[in-house]
Amino acid sequence: MDPIGFGAIFARAFVLFWPVWIALSVVMIPSFLFRKQLGLYGSIYTAPLGIFGLFLVMFWVFTALFAELIAPLDPLAQISGMKRAIPGSFVGDESLPYDVYLFGGDNLARDVFSRVVIGSQTVLAIAPVATLFAFMVGITLGLPAGFYGGRIDTVLTFLANLVLAFPVILLFYLLVTPGIRETGIPIYMAGVLFLFPIVFFAVFFYSRYSTQPQILRWQLAAVFVLGAWMYAGLTFNADPLGILSMDANTLNIFVSVVFVNSPTVFRIVRGLTLDIKTRDYVAAAQTRGEKPAYIMLWEILPNARGPLIVDLCLRIGYTTILLGTLGFFGLGVSPESPDWGLSINEGRQIWRSVVHVALPPALALMTLVLGLNLLADSLREQSLKD
Amino acid sequence: MLMFITRRLGVMLLTMLALSSVVFYLTNLEPNLVKLALSDGNMRMTPEEVQQWLENNGHTRPFFVRYWDWLGGVLTGDWGYSSRFRMPVSELLGERLAATGALMFWVMVVMVPSALLIGVMAGMREGSRTDRSLSVVSIASTATPEYVSGIIFTVLFASIFKEWGETYQWFPEWFHLNGSAASATGRSGITFYNFTLPVITMAIYGMGYIARMTRASMAEVMTAQYIRTARLKGVSFRMIVLKHALRNALIAPFTVIMLQFPWLLTGVVIVEAMFNYKGFGLALVEAAENNDIQLLMAASVVSVAVVLTTQLISDIGYIYLNPRIRVK
Repeated sequence: MDPIGFGAIFARAFVLFWPVWIALSVVMIPSFLFRKQLGLYGSIYTAPLGIFGLFLVMFWVFTALFAELIAPLDPLAQISGMKRAIPGSFVGDESLPYDVYLFGGDNLARDVFSRVVIGSQTVLAIAPVATLFAFMVGITLGLPAGFYGGRIDTVLTFLANLVLAFPVILLFYLLVTPGIRETGIPIYMAGVLFLFPIVFFAVFFYSRYSTQPQILRWQLAAVFVLGAWMYAGLTFNADPLGILSMDANTLNIFVSVVFVNSPTVFRIVRGLTLDIKTRDYVAAAQTRGEKPAYIMLWEILPNARGPLIVDLCLRIGYTTILLGTLGFFGLGVSPESPDWGLSINEGRQIWRSVVHVALPPALALMTLVLGLNLLADSLREQSLKD
Repeated sequence: MLMFITRRLGVMLLTMLALSSVVFYLTNLEPNLVKLALSDGNMRMTPEEVQQWLENNGHTRPFFVRYWDWLGGVLTGDWGYSSRFRMPVSELLGERLAATGALMFWVMVVMVPSALLIGVMAGMREGSRTDRSLSVVSIASTATPEYVSGIIFTVLFASIFKEWGETYQWFPEWFHLNGSAASATGRSGITFYNFTLPVITMAIYGMGYIARMTRASMAEVMTAQYIRTARLKGVSFRMIVLKHALRNALIAPFTVIMLQFPWLLTGVVIVEAMFNYKGFGLALVEAAENNDIQLLMAASVVSVAVVLTTQLISDIGYIYLNPRIRVK
């Protein structure tokens, strides 16, 4: 049978994405209608570019959520005769759930379309969470460095500059290797880095509610129970409930990405703190006799949220690029996973004969990062308006 | 000023020492050394023989002794021997750095002027239609990492345009570019056909960022008092931009361009691996993948040194260019 044409391919792909379209319209149409009441989130809907950015980001978020529903075929299954099949080729096997390789087959006769769809899960699970962890580390260290100055600042800035002086790719080649995993260094690093969120939230609540023990008790209990659960699950892969787990590969990638990103966040937070601590409301809080922890977490941090949210968006995009780079060099990903970076690299090696294998994951990665950048840009513009 | 530079140089040396010892530790981990022993001798060595090999080559001595040994070697010009390329590291790196230098030069030649042009055009009339469309262009370019744009360009220029060139008479043949830069270090040297794709691939990713910084800086300068004065005096818009605004607006991008280097180094690694260009980046990849400890160490030290030097230059240049800043 002749392969179907490009119009048919895109029409079929459009139909396969049906859960995404439903979810997008459920979320975006009401948000657009009620944008005036939705604060910062609603303000995104006032500019076309912001809407477009949000659309791209949410498209990939929902794709990752519903990936199992969308992907027509198993991303790892190799079907004979489909090696380097051109887009739209018929599978010719009645027993399979879908009859066409929409974006063609790759070098191992797997469905490129399904691989791109399933591959979105890895990226969207790791990039935002790793970035949030980097923010926790950066904020926990950056606030005191900027606020106290002096020796703490000198030491922390020196350490941050140490990490920043490394070209990222070199750091990855040193940190994401099987040899490193044998020595257990990633686990120690995770043990240190994953403590920061717990410390952050404990101090966060303590500094405000230390005079109200009946509230504080519950908050701290929640922080420590949740924290200990996640800590055990993520760091030592020993979640008693068996929900959270990370295999050694993912942990290694995760830790390295957090490690690479946190010094930059640290620098940003430190700079913002230096600026904000000269404001009148900080002086007022000091006169009231508030403790430094309270001033940092409840006076300075909320007032730094604008630039931080913008940077969060940009940084998730940057982390996505980093993850792609890792996959591109085959670092820390299992050789058959549908990771985008890895697929790009596999497709690149055979681009002379077939061009369609590398393009879909490349465009997927690009649109996701573009969406995040556009979103960050429109958020920045909105926060400048106030 | 001299005090400032001396202090910065001191910090830089300290950073170099700290980083090189970290890299030394990470590259000389036990599993890597065992792998080196196995690849150097024959693969079927017994654990005792491996231990013997490690002892003979001095790898079982305490960490600081080994590090001191290596440091002494580097300071006296002995950078070790590459087990992958079978030649002295210093010789190999010299060659490779020259090749990467050529690539970097062309990237800079393409990237910096176009980025500055986009930034200035966008920033001189903030909020205009030109500004908006150029901003989208620069956002899109920062969203396209090298391994994405490289794929798109090779597909376009090396496959589709080649096909068109063969099918249609009207299609200009020079659109068909080489998808590999391997020949650029060979006999043919750097040509338009083998060098354009790697250069634009790298230039595009860095361009957007510099353009956005330039735009922000330009937009800020355009609201300054002295620009308004010039405008009230009746100076034409072109003269205001060229003579008054540009000079002040280009201070910030200068720092940004210098600080781009660590980023460009990562880009060099990706692009060289992608286009098979035998430069420094490819040497780094091959060293890391083939467990070539000496070469990896040397490459790390060189790249860290490059990053730190550019940081220093950017700081000094910033002070030099901006007379409002005085060093205490």
